[in-house]
Amino acid sequence: MSSAPALVVDRLTTEFRIDGRWHAAIREVSFAVGRHETLALVGESGCGKSITALSIMGLVPRANGRIASGRVLLDGRDLVQLDERELEATRGGAIAMIFQEPMTSLNPVLPIGFQVAETLRYHTSLSKAQARAQALALLEHVKIPSAAQRFDDYPHHFSGGMRQRVMIAMALACKPQIVLADEPTTALDVTIQAQVLALLAELKAETGMALIFITHNLGVVASIADRVAVMYAGDIVETASVEALFAHPTHPYTEALLSSIPRVDRDAGALKPIAGQVPPITAMPAGCRYADRCPLRVERCATMPPLVALSGNREHEVRCWVRTGDGGAAS
Amino acid sequence: MTTPLLEVRKLAKTFPVRHGFMGGRTGTVHALCDISFSVAAGEAFGLVGESGCGKSTTGRAILRLIEPDAGTVLFKAQDVYRADPRRLRALRREMQIVFQDPYSSLNPRRTIGQTLSEPMRVHGLGSPREIRSRVRALLAEVGMPVDAAEKYPHEFSGGQRQRIGIARALALEPELIVADEPVSALDVSIQAQILVLLRGLQRSRNLSFVFISHDLGVVRHFCRTVAVMYLGRIVERGPVPAIFDAPLHPYTRALRSASPVPDPKAKVIMMKLEGEVASAMAPPAGCHFHPRCPQAMPICSEVYPGWTQVTPDHGVACHLYPSPASEDAPRAQ
Repeated sequence: MSSAPALVVDRLTTEFRIDGRWHAAIREVSFAVGRHETLALVGESGCGKSITALSIMGLVPRANGRIASGRVLLDGRDLVQLDERELEATRGGAIAMIFQEPMTSLNPVLPIGFQVAETLRYHTSLSKAQARAQALALLEHVKIPSAAQRFDDYPHHFSGGMRQRVMIAMALACKPQIVLADEPTTALDVTIQAQVLALLAELKAETGMALIFITHNLGVVASIADRVAVMYAGDIVETASVEALFAHPTHPYTEALLSSIPRVDRDAGALKPIAGQVPPITAMPAGCRYADRCPLRVERCATMPPLVALSGNREHEVRCWVRTGDGGAAS
Repeated sequence: MTTPLLEVRKLAKTFPVRHGFMGGRTGTVHALCDISFSVAAGEAFGLVGESGCGKSTTGRAILRLIEPDAGTVLFKAQDVYRADPRRLRALRREMQIVFQDPYSSLNPRRTIGQTLSEPMRVHGLGSPREIRSRVRALLAEVGMPVDAAEKYPHEFSGGQRQRIGIARALALEPELIVADEPVSALDVSIQAQILVLLRGLQRSRNLSFVFISHDLGVVRHFCRTVAVMYLGRIVERGPVPAIFDAPLHPYTRALRSASPVPDPKAKVIMMKLEGEVASAMAPPAGCHFHPRCPQAMPICSEVYPGWTQVTPDHGVACHLYPSPASEDAPRAQ
């Protein structure tokens, strides 16, 4: 990246209290996202991708969760240190989030136009009429058909795809530098998913915003991401440009994940499922967390490998003793 | 040709709906219209389509879990809808269903052993002792530890629960399984485990499947023949390689190109389909797909297209392929 990154996440660790003990859901997660860049955080249930997003947004539930260490830098400010009032001014302003299920994020008893305008009224000094006009422009921008007529409709009048467009309009209302989208198309049918992905790509190109796109779907990653971070059990295990990741998946987990996808563009080869399952958060092994399921495991995997750049491609980093050529004699 | 194991002929189903204040206004959802296909013994037949296309309704109609308005379902040449209660009970031993969400379809207050032995008890298959040993064999067959029989559903992960759901479907030694989105709720690595398990069972037991899914990748992997549904109708039906590599219907093509492929080089071919699926209460006149179709012609908004058999095993309902099916049936541009 040539210019300063839009957002830097630095050794972020978030913990949850279970039966009186704190357990890390994500450990020392670090990455940076540049302007105009889409970073995909990809992994299966429980890998920590959504917790990463909630930690960035300051939305980790306080009752049983905490950010134990690390920084989230936006414009030189550490979001982790902000109090709730400052965070509220930032969320929906410089940084915005789109959730998987728009129906639960939209207020069901308020018209959608009002909800978009409300965001603008909260973060800017626009008058009611100005906010309304700008909200309408935003709804048109995200291509809601007959936006003027539908301005005063309620969320339940809209389809899932249209609701997600409303959420995108709200997220973009204050021209954020960075948008976090957590599985924004997972609840949608594929033809509608394609429309929403195309809309997001278009808006990103237009505004230069950075996008963190969280998904479990590697097909979606391939079609939208510039760079990818693969997460497993709370760790980033591999990060690379989208081309490098799909051409040379290097961590054994990334490789296994790719060969466990039944592909629509190829005849059925033998699927290779990954045996076993992710260890529970209360019983994480001390070393590599994938070791239990890994066919390449060596003795050294009992200690945690660092994220190391590959010699051929400095921007391709992998957390694996064996694949980074440091597995000891056994490899 | 030998008699297929399952033959579905011209199924139709409408649901009445009441809405508005106090359920005043009523309407009709056209859930299924003119659904026909057949499944051979040992074959995996796929039904694909997006939400609300009628694929799950079709699955339930096959098992007579809902009564259709018209049409017939023949299982081993016996009419499922005309079967008397005794015969229906016997038929249901041979046709079982696996649901998407195994958690909501397993009784949380019963141990897995109780859940698996119940169908055998109901059908009077063996002494309690024989049933216990059958339960152990079933658990082993789906890759579960034997002590699972003493545990409750909440003690298992989603993938394990789906294995239990499959074991329950197998308990009565069926010949046909209707699998309704059996892997949709699972992570990809677990999804692959279940698909491999189902494929193994298909081979070892010569099982037939009606495999319902919205995921084209999963269908391509598991099925030999596939029918694509849109708003209650089958719009294209054929062998899996043809449907996926040379789709005829513009909707199939759109669905195919909108399905994400894990390859960044493939992203440029993403074809955008405008608009959304119309309401099944008021499907558009003519071809239901015409308002979104990039190749719509004037006739498409007037007449629902007839079925054209483009090759002996590949058919489509689309005006781009006029009915007199001959060797040189016109192809789309």
